[in-house]
Amino acid sequence: MSEEKLYLYPLWLRIWHWTNAFLFLVLIFTGLSLQYAGIESTLIRFDIAVSLHNIAGIILTISFVFFVFANRFTSNSNYYRIKRKGFIKRLLKQFRYYTYGVFIHEPTPFPVSQKRKFNPLQKLSYVMVMYLMMPVIIITGFALLFPEVNLENVFGIAGIYLTDLLHIVTGFVLSVFMIVHIYFCTFGKTVWSNFKSMFTGWH
Amino acid sequence: MIANKYLLLISFLVCSYGIVAYAQDEGEEERVYDYAGENHQCIKCHGHKTFHYYNENLDREFRDRMNPYFIIDSVEYYSSNHWNFSCFDCHSYDYSNFPHPAELRLEPKPGCLDCHGGDDTYEDRSWERIDEEFQKSVHSTKHSEDFTCSMCHNPHSYKINARTNDNIKQTIQYDNGICLSCHADINKYQLIVDFVNPNVLETHAWLPNQALHWQNVRCIECHAEIKEDMLIAHNIQPKEKAVKRCVECHSENSILLASLYKYQVKENRNKLGFFNAAILNNSYIIGANRNYYLNLISLVIFGMVVIVIGIHATIRFIRK
Repeated sequence: MSEEKLYLYPLWLRIWHWTNAFLFLVLIFTGLSLQYAGIESTLIRFDIAVSLHNIAGIILTISFVFFVFANRFTSNSNYYRIKRKGFIKRLLKQFRYYTYGVFIHEPTPFPVSQKRKFNPLQKLSYVMVMYLMMPVIIITGFALLFPEVNLENVFGIAGIYLTDLLHIVTGFVLSVFMIVHIYFCTFGKTVWSNFKSMFTGWH
Repeated sequence: MIANKYLLLISFLVCSYGIVAYAQDEGEEERVYDYAGENHQCIKCHGHKTFHYYNENLDREFRDRMNPYFIIDSVEYYSSNHWNFSCFDCHSYDYSNFPHPAELRLEPKPGCLDCHGGDDTYEDRSWERIDEEFQKSVHSTKHSEDFTCSMCHNPHSYKINARTNDNIKQTIQYDNGICLSCHADINKYQLIVDFVNPNVLETHAWLPNQALHWQNVRCIECHAEIKEDMLIAHNIQPKEKAVKRCVECHSENSILLASLYKYQVKENRNKLGFFNAAILNNSYIIGANRNYYLNLISLVIFGMVVIVIGIHATIRFIRK
């Protein structure tokens, strides 16, 4: 494994990443507060939670569009390309490392290099999150912001409820992703090294 | 051959539709309008914008305009709750003379309780309780006795909606229309007060998604005191007491279940696990509609993720 430092996280990416992280937290807490609003106790006052959730959602959309364009027009997109041939095999190899190899101090099967920032499991999860779940949560979020665009009734159920169900389920999966993502960031040279990298840009 | 098959299929569908349509018609009881003939005496003039009369002094027929406030829409009347009433049940028989005797204008009009009070037929509707609640409301305490039931419930057109109409949106529109008939119409509003009615759009400017709220809840949801023993709340509260906390509706124990959805609510959670499922057929309220099983599954998944991470981190720490 090369010991030389790699500059993997350009400034735009770091700003986008931390903005995204902050917005995620705001959206998770306000979203939970709305979903489990109660008369006796509420995490954040309902009307404040609605406003914060709406504002954070709109900024997240702008941030997402920025990411898609920045990724499209910089070399960063190369890290997200999945080569289908042998991908399952590579996934299993990484899975084996996380569930067994890491405990017996095996070297990581896909070490970080200038050409490879993500291991196969990271690549798959990031592609799913950024190019599938983010569009779903953004589209359903806007449909809830402008409820008149929803179908009034779908097989006897209010269309807006189905939209919300999709929004909430996707939000839950993204929240779980965030927790797992934070845990996997402790897999650097030291527990904190990956977190530092996302501030300095150097891996 | 194929054409024949299609012909057979189309014939079958047409017949099926005919049977279903017939069955539906059969289900509706045909109304016999006992007083339609008698009422025609009144409706022939009061059902139109203009009326004719013969002036004996001038020996000629005249056409005149009907006072717009005295026009009765016969279609509305015959589909209202009072559809099978004679006009003379409530109005003096002397009105059958024309020109109507001037002193009839001073004749006291009957109130709802004059007929419905102590009526065992409508015991479940507890008219006396409604009156009790109404007497406590701002409509009664802030105004003179001129504010009667008919200010809101026009006896010539009013029909019960909440209990008989499955389409909640129609009920909402109908019931809100009653409030707006005064609160958005200065002419009717000033029948009992001298000042200009406040603009409801401005007084409700604080309400997020204003139009959406007004399409999905009735004014009385926030402006009337809800009581379990009342079918429909009639105690309209002073504006300071109106519901303003979002969570009163946007929570599991939404007050809407005791008011707007009172007739749809059978139980808090139905077999598919939806809390307040009655609302879901028509609308969706953040905070009030949750699914028990989805809640449970999400908690289990979240718990498992935390446990697996905990175990993984512990083993990593031990094997360091």
